[in-house]
Amino acid sequence: MTTRSGADRGLHPGEATGEVVVLDAPLSFWGGFDPRSGLVIDGHHPQHGANLTETILVMPSGRGSSSSSSVLAEAIRLGTAPAAILLGEVDPIVVLGALVARELYGTRIPVAALMPETYRSLTSGETATVRVSEGTVEIADDFRLTPPSDQIVANGKEDDGLRRQ
Amino acid sequence: MTDLVLTADDQAMLAGDRGEAAALAMKILVEMAGISGAQRLIDVTGAHIDSCLFHGIAGLDFAERLAAAGGRVVVPTTLNVSSLDLIHPDLYRGSDEDRAHARRLMDAYVAMGCRATWTCAPYQLRERPALGEHVAWAESNAIVFANSVLGARTDRYGDFIDICAALTGRVPEAGLHLDANRRGTVLFDLTGVPGVLLDAEVLYPVLGHLVGGATTGTEIPVIDGLPHGASEDRLKALGAGAASSGAVALFHAVGSTPEAPDRAAAFGGREPSRTISVTVEDLKRARDQLSSIGVTEELGAVSIGTPHFSIDEFAELISLLDGPVAPGIDLWVSTGRDVLAEVERRGWLADLEAAGARMVVDTCTYITPILEPKPGAVMTNSAKWAWYAPGNIGVDVVFGSLEECVRSAIEGRVWRDDALWG
Repeated sequence: MTTRSGADRGLHPGEATGEVVVLDAPLSFWGGFDPRSGLVIDGHHPQHGANLTETILVMPSGRGSSSSSSVLAEAIRLGTAPAAILLGEVDPIVVLGALVARELYGTRIPVAALMPETYRSLTSGETATVRVSEGTVEIADDFRLTPPSDQIVANGKEDDGLRRQ
Repeated sequence: MTDLVLTADDQAMLAGDRGEAAALAMKILVEMAGISGAQRLIDVTGAHIDSCLFHGIAGLDFAERLAAAGGRVVVPTTLNVSSLDLIHPDLYRGSDEDRAHARRLMDAYVAMGCRATWTCAPYQLRERPALGEHVAWAESNAIVFANSVLGARTDRYGDFIDICAALTGRVPEAGLHLDANRRGTVLFDLTGVPGVLLDAEVLYPVLGHLVGGATTGTEIPVIDGLPHGASEDRLKALGAGAASSGAVALFHAVGSTPEAPDRAAAFGGREPSRTISVTVEDLKRARDQLSSIGVTEELGAVSIGTPHFSIDEFAELISLLDGPVAPGIDLWVSTGRDVLAEVERRGWLADLEAAGARMVVDTCTYITPILEPKPGAVMTNSAKWAWYAPGNIGVDVVFGSLEECVRSAIEGRVWRDDALWG
């Protein structure tokens, strides 16, 4: 399967392959995730104890605390963060964590908001490749996407969509 | 793709004309404006920074990079709580390494020209934004207070973007900066709640917890049926509770908040999308949710002042504290250093400390290791403290009114009065 839906919204560019972990409830990185271990530590969360490191994390939203941007950036710095984050709705707090980590450390974690059909097509345990580029989202569950990723890196500067006045 | 249009000034900043720090800040703002769909950036008259609380090296790297690049705030900017109490440094029980990092983070923000206010209640400071004024405030309780009680306009800013706004004086024109997003959508009708409960201070944090848990995403709650002219401290407790159990960044309390002189105004002339009739049973359930353990008498400590205690709340505390705190019990009061200075000026501090109250400034007892590990629950009158402390610092919490908290501290055991709750 490869989805390439124009309705899924790329929020932060990057490419990653990993094991899909679908969370059954929103997760606040602040207070809910330990950047030292990569584990879900929110005792009320249905997936308490899950390891999110280098996964394709799929969750409804980032829920709440604005300190989550810092915690996500710290996890990216430490290498304990998910490899990609796919959301059920736009969450600026998650995007900001990924964006600042990119500026500080050059690490690009793809972040996207998915349409319900795309969201539902992802299952925990499968391996998926995610590419977010120029606002578009591509997800493949059985093979690496083509063209190869080095082309994305070569064209790393995204169109910022600005009209200058 | 966004249709963001930048002014010549914005573009100059983006190109580095005002230095590297402003350029990086503008780059981040522009990218985030794309996420929110803003068509332009607008001026803010002030900022309140939450990024000064230490969460890891990434936050420190960001602040030090901006400071090293010559970053200076261009609008009056206050600082939220940090991880350390600089006036009572011995209270900190964390590692020396964390202490050193937390201190470096604080120093970086001060170096960029932010005021060393170190309070989560910037609305208690003398200068605060007026009705309709656009600001960039971070920290959920400060945001909901600015929007709801002051009628100022801030979106849900948080770590990193807060300082970007302060360094540029600009924010995306989106979210709660826009009229259309400030209209009430959900009605919480309190006509079924008895007057004696409506008049009680303890109703407000409990109601906030209930409202936060019952609203989703971008819904704007309107609360009708509260006595008009509710005090700022009560609205503070309500907002902090709603912003903890939920993502509430603006509420309207009919007859108390400036954009809600009446119900029709609160909804901007539209009908509510849904109505929730609040009952005493709902409120009792919300109150019980705020205690992490069931019936207990064993008390270890009491923590009040989340968000930071105001001068009026100190006056109330003094009237309730009619005896010394029991031996072995700590009564912690978190407040801002400016309010503490006023408490001292009025001659109240010596009496409070003689009675056993312990002051914490610049930080708060649920975000940093201050409480001594001891058996027994910690009692609080704060829905926010009750929501976060069990996870953050691993304590059992019993929620109660300020009176219940103070009397418990004096008696050395959990004391609650259920009469109010029928």
